[in-house]
Amino acid sequence: MKRLFLFGFAVFCSIFSGISCSPATPQTDRIVIWHWMTDRDKAFQALALQYEKETGIKVILELYAPSDVYSQKIIAAAQAKILPDIFGILDEKSVVADFITSGFVADLTADFKADDAAWEKVLFPKALLVNRFDPDNPYGVKPGIYGVPIDITNIQMIYNKNMLKKAGILKPPATMQEWFDASSALKRVGLSGFVSGWGELWMADCFATNYAFNIMGEDKVMATFRGEIPYTDPSWIKVFRIFSQMREKDVLVPGIVTKSNKDAEQDFALERAAFAFNGSWCVNVYNDMNPKLEYGVMLPPSASKEFPMKIWGGAGSSFFVNNVSPNKTKAIAFLKWLTAKEQQTFLAEKTQNLPVNQNSLASIPPILAEFSSSMESTTHPAIWPLNEDALVLEAFDRGLQSIIIGEKTPEKVAAEVQKVKLRQLERQKRIKNDLYQ
Amino acid sequence: MSSAQSKTLSGHLLKDYLSSFSFILPAVAIFVGFYIIPFYEIFNLSLHDWNGISAGKTFVGLENFQELMGDVIWWRSMWNATYITLIALTFQNILAFALALACNRAIHFKGFYRLVFFLPPVLSEIVVGIIWRWILNSGVQGNENIGLLNYLLNAVGLHDLIHNWLSDPNTALTCIAVVHSWKGFGWGFIILLAGLQTIDRRLYEAAQVDGANSWSTFWNVTIPMMLPVIMVVVVLTILGSMQSFVLILSMVGQGLVYHTEVPVTRILSAMTVTQRYGYACAQGVMFGLILVMVSFIIKKLSDRMKQA
Repeated sequence: MKRLFLFGFAVFCSIFSGISCSPATPQTDRIVIWHWMTDRDKAFQALALQYEKETGIKVILELYAPSDVYSQKIIAAAQAKILPDIFGILDEKSVVADFITSGFVADLTADFKADDAAWEKVLFPKALLVNRFDPDNPYGVKPGIYGVPIDITNIQMIYNKNMLKKAGILKPPATMQEWFDASSALKRVGLSGFVSGWGELWMADCFATNYAFNIMGEDKVMATFRGEIPYTDPSWIKVFRIFSQMREKDVLVPGIVTKSNKDAEQDFALERAAFAFNGSWCVNVYNDMNPKLEYGVMLPPSASKEFPMKIWGGAGSSFFVNNVSPNKTKAIAFLKWLTAKEQQTFLAEKTQNLPVNQNSLASIPPILAEFSSSMESTTHPAIWPLNEDALVLEAFDRGLQSIIIGEKTPEKVAAEVQKVKLRQLERQKRIKNDLYQ
Repeated sequence: MSSAQSKTLSGHLLKDYLSSFSFILPAVAIFVGFYIIPFYEIFNLSLHDWNGISAGKTFVGLENFQELMGDVIWWRSMWNATYITLIALTFQNILAFALALACNRAIHFKGFYRLVFFLPPVLSEIVVGIIWRWILNSGVQGNENIGLLNYLLNAVGLHDLIHNWLSDPNTALTCIAVVHSWKGFGWGFIILLAGLQTIDRRLYEAAQVDGANSWSTFWNVTIPMMLPVIMVVVVLTILGSMQSFVLILSMVGQGLVYHTEVPVTRILSAMTVTQRYGYACAQGVMFGLILVMVSFIIKKLSDRMKQA
């Protein structure tokens, strides 16, 4: 009995101590990748098999979805120091910077620059920008390229050709006024206007920043982030007013403010709305939901002639290599292979996403070509010199919701956002002072 | 007693102690490892400013708690959770008790009713949320309502009641609270039914002999005998409703402004949206303390009622 108890106790202790230790991963002929892209898993698995045949290295793909849960898993894995060989970071650039400065992400600059920058040259420069840290970046990251984009994307307006035709609209609207007129024409024939997944706050935020760039230009937006221009400035009020106008003109489908993007995609695919705001990934989604859907792509209707309309875009999804992985070199070699022309063409065909390799563009379908034609108009928070404080952003996004449901005026929201901004500026100043003392 | 004897005795005692301790050691280790250490770690983190990734954490003392005390959105989320709890305590538990009383009588298809009433609690909250999101959907296709509720309202001619149920600040939280109660009443039903079945039938017979009508039997026999069970259901309802969030996420995603925020979604938001792990831990500690206090008050109230 005593022996049995001692044996049991020893087993318990070994299990217990095993839980608290991070597993040591020896160098092997296998690479482990954690990803979140449900729609691309099959294609990735096929490529993994092909890679094993070609090189003898087994690629194990582990899918963790949805993306917000994946994001949490990566942060938890970083805290526990059990990150896989290759992983994605689905957060803002400041979070990517934190991963880099904490030593979790490998610097890939040398690999991109090798052989006269052969790898770097073959990829879309806009896609690489997202993973590039310039000298004097505000995050204190050593300049270089840290991630490998595997596709490119951009978020634009999409219109249903048949619905527009039914309402007698001959060409997609180019200005806000034309858009409002088009929405009224649609209403007259009993059709709904615009849908988007604004229950996911970042999508409404993306729409708003497009107009911020269009109305006041990038410099003024950045000056606001630095605290030099208040959110109560007339230009920002104009941005907020776009949302109140959309509500007043009855452009938005009912319930847009709590709609998930999946539901919004379904609404557009099933012709419940004539316009949508969505990313280039939607081509695959719409194809699954309604293969007969006829639609086109357009830039959001401009609200000002002073500055060009900018849309979010660049790298769609990126992979990072674990800096402390014993399989680091193998992981980098796999990513190089994954972004080569043949594999990118295969991914574009199978998943209908825009390839990151410039040489693979020739084989993409026409609707994706429409998306890719606006790549020059893209920008992204990840390539801006600085990002807005997260608490201010939350107040901003919630404020947009308040305007859409008619609860607050643009002026009131602007004042509330500015109040949070001032509080955060004060806090940052205090932290800086504490650091110097 | 010789010194050799006393040495043998103390040796035996020591052996006894050691063997006793070795038996409780695994349980103590599990308790310390999975309760004490995590709680200490959470409290420790609540005294720091940390983004969840970087190696360095800045000690800020009680600053997170100070900020929390003045955080209007946090207290609003606390009120929202209280509102959901109040609806659950009344609507959900009264319904559960009424149905338990009905099923405790000799009625046909008793087993079938029990099964039906217990179905919602065993469904996943995500699934329930998605189903109800479809029922409460306010979208239209052509002139047809997509959501079942609006469709039915339209079909019976109650056009004025057609509504943006989940996108209107006046109805969103109530809709969530009602769905939460619908999903949760089965638990209360099962516990209360089990409680009703333990009441000695002779008490009812005695009451009948004394000439008590069904109303006074209910107040003077059923309720006093059921009090401990009712208290258990009340505590479980409060703890379950205050901590509900999965249903909210599946019904309104990231929420409708701050109208559908509850403490757990605020904690999640502090961790995932604003990357303030220290603040999120302070929220967690504060929320835990509030729940412990509420449970303690209910326990005291229950003891007093038992004595009375």
